[in-house]
Amino acid sequence: MTEQGPPQPGADHPPRMGFFTDTSVCIGCKACEVACKEWNAVPADGLELTGMSYDNSRRLSSDTWRHVAFIEQRKPLGGQEPGVSHDNVDIFRAAAGLGVTIASPGPGATAPAPADALPGAPAGETSPLAPDGRTELRWLMSSDVCKHCTHAACLDVCPTGSLFRTEFGTVVVQEDICNGCGYCIPACPYGVIDQRPDDGRAWKCTLCYDRLGVGAEPACAKACPTDSIQFGPLEQLRERAASRVAQLHSAGVLDARLYGEDPQDGVGGDGAFFLLLDEPEVYGLPPDPVVTTRDLPSMWRYAAAAAVTLTAGVAVSFLGRSHR
Amino acid sequence: MSESDVTPEGVRGARPGREAVTGRAAGRRRRGGRGERPVVPEAEFSTYYGMPVLNPPRWEALDIAGYLYLGGLAGASSLLAAGAHLTARRRLALVAKSSATGAVSLSLVALIHDLGRPERFLNMLRVFKPTSPMNVGSWLLAGYAPLTMAALLSDVSGRYRPAGAAATAGAAVLGPLVTTYTAVLLADTAVPSWHDGYRQLPFAFAGSGAAAAAGVGLLAAPVAETAPACKLASLGAGLELGSTQVMKRRIVLTSEPFEQGHAGTLMRASKALTVGGTLLAVCAGRRSRVAASVAGAALLAGSAMLRFGVFRAGVASAEDPKYTVVPQRARLKKQRNKPSAATS
Repeated sequence: MTEQGPPQPGADHPPRMGFFTDTSVCIGCKACEVACKEWNAVPADGLELTGMSYDNSRRLSSDTWRHVAFIEQRKPLGGQEPGVSHDNVDIFRAAAGLGVTIASPGPGATAPAPADALPGAPAGETSPLAPDGRTELRWLMSSDVCKHCTHAACLDVCPTGSLFRTEFGTVVVQEDICNGCGYCIPACPYGVIDQRPDDGRAWKCTLCYDRLGVGAEPACAKACPTDSIQFGPLEQLRERAASRVAQLHSAGVLDARLYGEDPQDGVGGDGAFFLLLDEPEVYGLPPDPVVTTRDLPSMWRYAAAAAVTLTAGVAVSFLGRSHR
Repeated sequence: MSESDVTPEGVRGARPGREAVTGRAAGRRRRGGRGERPVVPEAEFSTYYGMPVLNPPRWEALDIAGYLYLGGLAGASSLLAAGAHLTARRRLALVAKSSATGAVSLSLVALIHDLGRPERFLNMLRVFKPTSPMNVGSWLLAGYAPLTMAALLSDVSGRYRPAGAAATAGAAVLGPLVTTYTAVLLADTAVPSWHDGYRQLPFAFAGSGAAAAAGVGLLAAPVAETAPACKLASLGAGLELGSTQVMKRRIVLTSEPFEQGHAGTLMRASKALTVGGTLLAVCAGRRSRVAASVAGAALLAGSAMLRFGVFRAGVASAEDPKYTVVPQRARLKKQRNKPSAATS
C-alpha cells in the first residue's frame, strides 16, 4: 500500500533528480557536511570527538544531513602496489625535468623499475604486508545522505502530509506542517530522518529543494572537490555509475559495487545511490532495506481479524447460562 | 561519547588508541544478561563501529506505551459496556463506560503530550491517509472518543436513552479497532521486532485489551455482575499468551529482545500478573469482593506491562544493529539461492 512513486518525467515534470555518491574517490574532506550545514542553516550538533575515527558526526540525524563515514580495514585497495618503494628516486632531479622534456612529468616519472620491488611484494600484485612489516590497510570514506526512496516509508506513514514528493521526485518535509509526531523516524529503513529535540519537528536532507528550483545543484555536490558526489537526472547517473563500476572492476578493484540503484529492490530504488567498496553494513547501511508499508495491507487485515476475534470473545463472555 | 575512568584497578573504559585493530569485527559485545541463553547462535556480521543502522523511535515510553495500553483498555471496555448494556447489567455497564471514556481521554492526552509540536495536533486531521496508521488512528479516535463520552453522559444522567444506546453501540463497533490498530501502528515501522511480529501483535493486543477491560469490571463492578468479566479475562489472557507464544516461535532472531533485558522483565511480569489475575478471577472473582479487586488490579497491571514490554523490546531491537543486519543478510542469501524468488 505504498504511495505512488516519483512522477514520471513528462511535460509538466522535470526528470527525477538524484545523487550518485562514488565513494571510491571520496577523500573524507567533509566539505559536503559543511556546505550542507551552511546552505540549509542546520544548527550545530555539538563538538564531540568520538575517538573511533575521524568521524565525529557519527550518523545522519536531524542536524546532520550529510555524514562522512570513515572505515579502516586490514586490506589493500585493488590495484595498489604497496611493495614498491621510492627510496632511490631523486625527487629534485625528477622535478628539474618538469616541462623540459615531453615525457615529464608523465606517468611513471618517479616510479622505480619493476626489478627494484622487494621480494614478497611484486609490483602489480597486492601484498598484505609492506616491506617494513607494517600491515597494509585501506581507508574507506563515504558521504551518506537521505536516499530519497522511490517507495519512501517516511512519506507513507506521515499522518499530516507534511512529508511530500516534489516535482523532482525527491522527498521533503514541510516544516510548517510537521507536528513532531515522530512516526517517520522508526519508519525509515536507513535511519536518516530524526527529531530535533529542542524544536520537536522531524528534519532531513531536502536534496536542496530551494536550489533545485532555480536550476542550481545541491550544496554538497557543489562543494565536493573530487566529484564523489554527483548530482543529475537519475537515469543519467545510473548509466554513469554502471560504467564506473565496470571501469573499477577492470582496474582490479573487484570490491566495487552499486548500492540502492536497483529499481527492483525493497524500496523501489534510491534517488540517492552509492558506489561502495565493501558490504553496505560496513558503512552502517542496511544490506536489504524494505519499505515497511509493503506489508501494510496484510497488517490491516490481521488487525481487522484481531478486532473481530475480540468482539467474538466479548460476545461469548455474555452468552451461556450465568447467574449474572 | 564514552569517557574513561581512573580507578584503583587501572583505567576503565579507555579507548584502544594506537593499539586499535582495524577491520571487520564480529558483531558487538554482548551486554551481560543474567544467565539468559541466546535463542540462536551468534552470527558474524559487520557493523559501522557497532552503531545502530536505524534511528530508534524518539517516543517517550510513558506517553506512547501508555497510549497503547489506554487505547486497548478503552476499546475493549466499550465492547464490555455494550454487552452489559444489552444484558441489563447496569452497574457493570456504567463501570465499563466510565473506563472507556476515562482511558480514551487519557490516551489522547498522552498522544498529544508526546508530539514535538502539541499545538499542531489537529494537523493529523488535515488529510485522510490509509498508508499512515497514525492518521487512520487519529480519525478513529476522533470518531470514537465522542461516542464513549455520549454513552457515559447518557447513562449517568439517565436522559436521551435511545441516543445513549446508539452511542454505546457505535463505540462498541469502533472500540475493537481502537484496540488492535495500535499493533499496526508499531508494526508499520522498520523496527525489526515490531515489524516482524505484525501477524501476532494485533491478537496479543486484543487479548491484552480484553483482559484489562475485564480487570476494570472485576475491580469496580459489584461481584454479582462480574460473571462476563471473569469469562472475558480468561479468554483475553488465553489469546494474549497464545499469540505472544506463537510470535516467539515464528520469528526467530527478532523475538530475542522480547526476552532480554528490561523488556524481558516486563514481559515476564506481564505474563505472571495476567495468569495470576485470571486464575484468581475465575476461582474467586464471583464470590469475594477482595479477590475480584486483586484479580482486576493484576489484570490491569499485566496488560500495561505487556505494552511497555513490547515498546521496550522494539526500541532495543532498533538500537542493536544485529537485528537489522542479520535478518536482511539471511534474506539476501535466500534470494540468491532461489533466483526465481528474487523479485519477491
